[in-house]
Amino acid sequence: MEVLRDIFTFIVARKKYVLAPIIIVLLLLGLILVFGETSGLGAFVYTLF
Amino acid sequence: MSKNILGISAFYHDSAAAILLGGKLVAAAQEERFTRKKHDESFPTNAIKYCLDYAGLTLDELDAVVFYDKPYLKFERLLESYYAFAPKGLRSFIAAMPVWMNEKIFLKKVIRKGLREVGDYNKSSLKLLFPEHHLSHAASAFYPSPFKRAAILTIDGVGEWATASIGLGEGKNIKVLKELHFPHSVGLLYSAFTYFLGFKVNSGEYKLMGMAPYGRANSKEVKDFEEIILTKLVDLKPDGSIWLDQRYFNYVTGLRMIDEKAWEQLFGFPKRVGESKIEQHHCDLGLAIQRVTEKIVFHMAKEAKALTGADALCLAGGVALNCVANGKLLKEGIFEKIFIQPAAGDAGGALGAALAAQHILFEEERQIDDKAMDGMQGAYLGPQFTDLDIEKMARRNKLSFQRLESDEALCEEVAKLIDSGHTIGWMQGRMEYGPRALGARSILADPRSPKMQKKLNLDIKFRESFRPFAPAMLAEEAERLFNLGAPSPYMLLVDTIKKEHQADLPDDYMDLPMMDKLYVLRSSLPAATHVDFSARVQTVHEETNSKFHLLLTKFKEITGVGVVLNTSFNVRGEPIVCTLQDGYDCFMHTGLDCLVAGNYIFKKKP
Repeated sequence: MEVLRDIFTFIVARKKYVLAPIIIVLLLLGLILVFGETSGLGAFVYTLF
Repeated sequence: MSKNILGISAFYHDSAAAILLGGKLVAAAQEERFTRKKHDESFPTNAIKYCLDYAGLTLDELDAVVFYDKPYLKFERLLESYYAFAPKGLRSFIAAMPVWMNEKIFLKKVIRKGLREVGDYNKSSLKLLFPEHHLSHAASAFYPSPFKRAAILTIDGVGEWATASIGLGEGKNIKVLKELHFPHSVGLLYSAFTYFLGFKVNSGEYKLMGMAPYGRANSKEVKDFEEIILTKLVDLKPDGSIWLDQRYFNYVTGLRMIDEKAWEQLFGFPKRVGESKIEQHHCDLGLAIQRVTEKIVFHMAKEAKALTGADALCLAGGVALNCVANGKLLKEGIFEKIFIQPAAGDAGGALGAALAAQHILFEEERQIDDKAMDGMQGAYLGPQFTDLDIEKMARRNKLSFQRLESDEALCEEVAKLIDSGHTIGWMQGRMEYGPRALGARSILADPRSPKMQKKLNLDIKFRESFRPFAPAMLAEEAERLFNLGAPSPYMLLVDTIKKEHQADLPDDYMDLPMMDKLYVLRSSLPAATHVDFSARVQTVHEETNSKFHLLLTKFKEITGVGVVLNTSFNVRGEPIVCTLQDGYDCFMHTGLDCLVAGNYIFKKKP
């Protein structure tokens, strides 16, 4: 819940409402698919630094 | 009352921790030194444990824990970049999102979990803060500097959106005046060339900088490469901002830095495969991108001067580790004085984050110690060991040793060993914070020896033989040998050795193959002078490292030269040694002649 609250505050503060749908979809997908997976940090390198 | 603040950098590269005890910086270290994994990006559990232990604090006694960037803002940048380039970048998006949705979006939780491994604490009273990445860099440069008022320039790959920033530091305040945003980035541009020239992104940038002087300085080839870079890849604006033509780059949406085919067409040769032979055109291109980088940095510095009118400049961010550009910037005279954060990369973000919270959030006044050179204490902020630890290490490894009672006797003996051609693993006091070994975890050798560079590179460091070594010297020797005009305690300024100390070169020197150039006797300090007569100077000061200063004094008494070659105590691909056992392992597995820890001397041969 803390994450949802933080993201909501962030979107409002930055007025980036356009990002809300994709974040919601990703969060839902994340809930369904990602839990239990191991980190894929190594696979994605450049835009993360 | 002054605050106790823990700063953390992690999850990208070079994770680290730094701690302010009652407002004073007392300890800082990189995680890689403890885990022995170079550029370790994992949560800095060990570094935090060390910092808390050194400060004698528990997590509950901290007023704040400060992470060095804003994860949501970074997430915003990722999503908007994918939006902008869609449908290109789908593969990269699919690879990135699980990482974000699994852990990075829950960074607060991840940090709290990491802290739980350090020790128990009361979750509800823990204050967790997230300053911006470039503010952390700016804070790491300005607050420890000796300046009351200064321009601040931070340049790196990318933080959240910003890839470079210009700010003004005044008293306890930092005001960000201008930012350059992703994907236009000096750091990523340099990394793209690092990649194209066959080195690893995020760690091979030093190698590229070391290779550049082998380029033919006045050649048409280098000039043509420069022109191609500045017309096709980079649009450099008068204020120092740049625009990178994304048709040639791939880092926004792909899993590589560049479009290799497009670069091959541009420069006329394919990407160099790692470990393959370095050809002259690689060096020429290396020199061209180094010059372009310098040009951009100068433009940015001029803009910083115009915006702030300040006499002094503070630098941080990964690009501030480009000591060739730093040395030229100092010479350019845009600013009278320059301070560069010794941990200018992301490791220094841990310190910057803590300092930003201290002065900006908690509004604590800055205390500038007029007697000290700066607030970094020589960057000697890491773990240390005792005589008992040394004796235990000796017993454990069944080593015999010679113990000298006084520092005077020890330094005299070590100076004699260096003079007679011995290579020394030198471990003294607290480990350095930042990428440079500054005489606490160093390998020392005689810079006058023409064969020393090759010996160290091939028999001890096991690294590419073209790479240069740095001279560490007494401040007065720096004046005699170089024209720097400023101290360089953190080995972050490169200068050319004075004409009178340069050797006469053969007429065909510039046309010699790379390795032949390397073995031409170039100066009175051949092992620590690069092929273009340049050297990454370290000035050693009694106030910050009295023992190293004494060693140099003794070496000068014996040889007339107060300079030793100083390189990091590690082998290729490993972090600099931290503990005595690390030092012993490195000593035994390399061609090092002696290990000197505290006042104990260990020799392989009696």
